[in-house]
Amino acid sequence: MTTIARFQVEYTRFVDPQGEATQPLPEFALDPAALIPLYRAMLLTRTFDTKAIALQRTGKIGTFASALGQEAIGVGVASAMRAEDVLVPSYRDHAAQFMRGVTMSESLLYWGGDERGSNFAVPRDDFPICVPIATQVCHAAGAAYAFKLRREARVAVSFLGDGATSKGDFYEALNFAAAWQAPLVVVVNNNQWAISVPRSVQTVAQTLAQKAIAAGFEGCQVDGNDVIAVRHAAQQAIEKARTGGGPSLIEAISYRLGDHTTADDATRYRDPEVVQQQWAFEPIVRLRSYLLRVNAWSQQEEEQLVKECTNAVNEAVEAYLAMPPPTTAAMFDHLYATLPAALQEQRDTALHFAPPQGGEHG
Amino acid sequence: MAELNLIEAINHALAYEMAHDPAVVMLGEDIGVNGGVFRATVGLQQQFGAERVIDTPLAETAIAGTAIGMAAMGLKPVAEIQFSGFIYPTIDHIINHAARLRNRTRGRLSCPMVLRSPCGAGIHAPEHHSESPETLFAHMPGLRVVMPSSPSRAYGLLLAAMRDPDPVIFLEPTRLYRLFKQEVVDDGTALPLDVCFTLRSGTDVTLVSWGAMLHETQAAADALAQEGIMAEVIDVATLKPLDMETILESVSRTGRCVIVHEAARTAGFGAEIAANLAEHGLYSLLAPVQRVTGYDIVVPMARLEYQYLPSVERIVAAVRKTLEGS
Repeated sequence: MTTIARFQVEYTRFVDPQGEATQPLPEFALDPAALIPLYRAMLLTRTFDTKAIALQRTGKIGTFASALGQEAIGVGVASAMRAEDVLVPSYRDHAAQFMRGVTMSESLLYWGGDERGSNFAVPRDDFPICVPIATQVCHAAGAAYAFKLRREARVAVSFLGDGATSKGDFYEALNFAAAWQAPLVVVVNNNQWAISVPRSVQTVAQTLAQKAIAAGFEGCQVDGNDVIAVRHAAQQAIEKARTGGGPSLIEAISYRLGDHTTADDATRYRDPEVVQQQWAFEPIVRLRSYLLRVNAWSQQEEEQLVKECTNAVNEAVEAYLAMPPPTTAAMFDHLYATLPAALQEQRDTALHFAPPQGGEHG
Repeated sequence: MAELNLIEAINHALAYEMAHDPAVVMLGEDIGVNGGVFRATVGLQQQFGAERVIDTPLAETAIAGTAIGMAAMGLKPVAEIQFSGFIYPTIDHIINHAARLRNRTRGRLSCPMVLRSPCGAGIHAPEHHSESPETLFAHMPGLRVVMPSSPSRAYGLLLAAMRDPDPVIFLEPTRLYRLFKQEVVDDGTALPLDVCFTLRSGTDVTLVSWGAMLHETQAAADALAQEGIMAEVIDVATLKPLDMETILESVSRTGRCVIVHEAARTAGFGAEIAANLAEHGLYSLLAPVQRVTGYDIVVPMARLEYQYLPSVERIVAAVRKTLEGS
């Protein structure tokens, strides 16, 4: 018997849960001031999350998927992207979306049940939130192929959860991207839970990162609660893709500190004490501890930032609530480039029966 | 006898059959420990064990595909698809395999499985959670397609589906899950598949519908009765195979027919019923058949979904159209 192949999966962490650097930091992180925007983005996401859950509880938006505890993943990855790259998100990726220029009021519109929330003013090429699990990874592979075909130095970056790695779409997308050597970066947010199904029931594979190896490319693990580690891995993968090195996969290990969505009650299936213990590893306190440790942050700056984030979120909420309701005609007018004549009568019927104030009735 | 809502009735039917037929197994996402996101399977894993109530990895294609293997080997799998928009990945297995395994093997192998899924709009759910895919399945030879409209019919029809020797697509209107309660006798009595149920007798017009839209259809019949227009209301319940006899018999008495469904209009199941009326009931008709349906558009997100769903007002207007000139 001869061994014809051996594989390994590397795990990276730069800052431990106590905020102490465990190895020399990568270049971008040498100046602590460069980390403040990442800290701000994580805090903004958490402030938004808290507000969005409150808005759902009072009926101002519909079901919402919180990113509580996983803020470092979206922030770290998106901070390594260029404007011309394309984000292909799942439904728990508003941290990354905000970094890309999606506004918080657009996000609220989306979760409020309004398609206008997917018509981003800024990242015009970014894909909308994807709900059917793992399907977006295929789209990202296709987008990456388009960049390669046109010789554009752009990268497609797609997010998915640990549960999504069980779907065929995920494996198929990895294989396509590798066969095409397309500029794709796949980020698995391993938050340990697919609604009620823990990572251990999802798969007996030792890592999710190793699933890339079967497709013929590199998969690595990072501490997903260490924004420096996430950003570092993303930067390497994105630049490798941009320079013709093909796809990469990053498994970011984190923990879903909240419910799956506001429609879920996680106390039905997991021990709140175990969740409580996971708070010791969360990403925001960790980076703050580091910044305090290296004297790059103060209580005064913290208070100022909290105030700033709260104001920004409140303004977004006001802008969202002030939006006029969607029009009945909009259900028809964006379905095709041009409304087919055969649909005109149905559009007329809908307008005829529409409530005078617009928006919903029933 | 107990007062149950539709989701509780489904839970009771599943529990009854699990207790009485050791071949029944259930598989799906979050159906075990969590009891299903809509609570259809609550308590069943505790009662029957994790071997028979399986929390699967997250993959609808494999849920449908493995159910086929189980069914062919003597189990009676009841697979749950968590939300209607996630049923599409199952179509390869359902159409290419479940629906034709018996025919391909000339009866040597068969596929006694049930694919359960919520369906329909109206609960302010996120995108891809409000689909009405019944016609996709009803179009395919070899399948049965069932959609209950009340707790007692959900109970009896689901038992029938689990006892049927062939694959059954069982679509549960989410809008009805907790809308109302009804007396349900939990004694394991199945209702017949392949028949329509006449919910209300009338002489002037036949209203034909299924699933959640029967709620609006019945309300329209109430409103019409106030003005002396007596509508007969038929719950199709099993779309495939279609009991056209009951509908034709009704229309032979009323001379008018309005078909109401939530799914989009083009090639919707209403078209099949209307075509049957044209073929077999044309001479009883006193007015053209009317369809009140979802529009040929993507089901809107929550803010506009009630402008998509057929309303009582639209149904009443369609009935008036059939009465014009009479």
